[in-house]
Amino acid sequence: MGTKTLTQIEEEFETFQILNEEGEIVNEDAMPDLSDEDLQELMTRMVYTRIWDQRAISLNRQGRLGFYAPVAGQEASALGSQYALDKEDFILPGYRDVPQIVYHGLPLYQAFLFSRGHFQGNQIPEGVNVISPQIIIGAQITQAAGVALGLKKRGKKNIAITYTGDGGASQGDFYEGLNFAGAYNAPAVFVVQNNRFAISVPVEKQSAAKTIAQKAVAAGIHGVQVDGMDVLAVYAATQQARERAVNEEGPTLIETLTYRYGPHTMAGDDPTRYRTEEMDNEWEKKDPLVRFRKYLESKDLWSEEKENEVVDQAKEDIKAAIKKADEAPKQKVTDLIENMYEELPKNLQEQMEEYKEKESK
Amino acid sequence: MAQMTMIQAITDAMRIELKNDENVLIFGEDVGKNGGVFRATEGLQKEFGEDRVFDTPLAESGIGGLSIGLALQGYRPVPEIQFFGFVYEVMDAISGQMARLRYRSGGVYHAPITIRSPFGGGVKTPELHADSLEGLMAQQPGLKVIIPSTPYDAKGLLISAIRDNDPVIFLEHMKLYRSFRDEVPEEEYTVEIGKADVKREGKDITIITYGAMVHSSLKAAEELEKEDIQAEVIDLRTVSPIDVDTIIESVNKTGRAIVVQEAQKQAGIAASVVAEINDRAILSLEAPVLRVTAPDTVFPFSAAEDVWLPDYKDIMEKAKQVINF
Repeated sequence: MGTKTLTQIEEEFETFQILNEEGEIVNEDAMPDLSDEDLQELMTRMVYTRIWDQRAISLNRQGRLGFYAPVAGQEASALGSQYALDKEDFILPGYRDVPQIVYHGLPLYQAFLFSRGHFQGNQIPEGVNVISPQIIIGAQITQAAGVALGLKKRGKKNIAITYTGDGGASQGDFYEGLNFAGAYNAPAVFVVQNNRFAISVPVEKQSAAKTIAQKAVAAGIHGVQVDGMDVLAVYAATQQARERAVNEEGPTLIETLTYRYGPHTMAGDDPTRYRTEEMDNEWEKKDPLVRFRKYLESKDLWSEEKENEVVDQAKEDIKAAIKKADEAPKQKVTDLIENMYEELPKNLQEQMEEYKEKESK
Repeated sequence: MAQMTMIQAITDAMRIELKNDENVLIFGEDVGKNGGVFRATEGLQKEFGEDRVFDTPLAESGIGGLSIGLALQGYRPVPEIQFFGFVYEVMDAISGQMARLRYRSGGVYHAPITIRSPFGGGVKTPELHADSLEGLMAQQPGLKVIIPSTPYDAKGLLISAIRDNDPVIFLEHMKLYRSFRDEVPEEEYTVEIGKADVKREGKDITIITYGAMVHSSLKAAEELEKEDIQAEVIDLRTVSPIDVDTIIESVNKTGRAIVVQEAQKQAGIAASVVAEINDRAILSLEAPVLRVTAPDTVFPFSAAEDVWLPDYKDIMEKAKQVINF
């Protein structure tokens, strides 16, 4: 009998790691082809994003930011995967995936406007291949299959990449998106950042599956589980997935094992209700910045001085971006009406007049 | 001019737009080799190839998401939802996503998607095939909702819908698919979205309706004429946005109106029409505006359809009630 047991399938999904917690290369063969400058750039982006996250949390507490989903802990997972992309690849993010779209070209001040609920935050500049962060968990996954199919039909050697969390992998749209992409052999990469909690519900309660990566098997696509605190492993896995996708060798589901240090969002979530201090400490030992810093220092590619430069630059940029975001015009109902249809139907024409009148007072 | 059934007119519209615009893609469950369960896409895959006309996995939400993704790549998707009762599976993609794409992106992206779907009572389908759910769609800003009642309108409106740069829900009443033929030009033409059609002029009462009920209303109007009542019949054709001007012009003339729909009474299109008349023509009214609708139950199992659906006699009765007020 050729029956494969569930255990056999699950055993095939070992966690892919290149850099261990001590900052040592443990998988030399898998080491991606990155220059010293690339390695420094990856570290720069992670440090920058950590500072940005801290500032965003602080701005939120001052009432100056609005909706914000913290990213600290997930830098390797978010930024390592984005770094493997081509500028023409298309990103469909969830709401915690703002760093990826900023590094793909969205100006930082627009990310702040998105947080503030200002529509100009979502006006993606021309040539930036992203869509604004999705709020409905999983809705972007089926859309990613569509973007990927479109890229394939256009004959482009590019991919659609989409992000969700461990909770997102429970949605019907997750399965539909993977399945559509597989059925059409569309160049899509699905990244599940498994940070172990969907708000408060632990991943063990989301599914009986031991890994999220194994869910690729049922869709007939590639699946890989990666140490999401290891920026080199995340980069390498995404880069390989991208290669396969553009070569019509099929979509890939990448599960990154990671952890968010902060709350789900800044809107009142209290992680102490569902996480223990021991767990937090255990994950902080795996910190993506700590281990990569150790590695780079061992190669003489990083220093305190260099780090401070990045920190200062981040602070300066954030200050400037907030200032620019402050300059955005106050939103008007007429702006909203304007963007409902290409040509306004009569009801909205009438309401447009009504609100123009109100707004002129 | 050719004689076409509504289904032929619909196929013809898609063929014309597939030829006109290489960005038009047609897909859905069974639309490829099989030509659709009603043969709406008959022959299209053969003519235009699998790249343009293709089958999808059996998942409505996936079809919705796929449409949005293709639209983001500059395509003009024309997906089919096999029966509109299945729309609940794709509600987020429609209402949560495509209807909001233009707004959400501040006008940077848009969703030129036409969702075609059969619906409508009187053909004894299993549950959740025939429901009139246009009211759900019409409540969603960002969408347009079209329900043609003739082959001529179906072709012209479908071409307009496919060319429209906003998402359109195009609902095809199953009972009208093959029930009669109409003169339909073989060349391309459009019918304006959001424009009602006065099907019959009359001075005594206005009957505002759409879909299969247009034909029941016309029959009622014929019968009423025998009793010396001249009814004007307006076919909305587009139920979102509603052509308020045509309605109000007529009501100002007749002073009396009823609104007829196959859907249940609660909320919905008819209620909207009544509210518009109240807003804009109350001083012209000689009597309250009444509605002819199905009762406020779910759409019934097939054996109860005949007693559930409104018919021309219900329309006559309600019209007389308004006349004799």
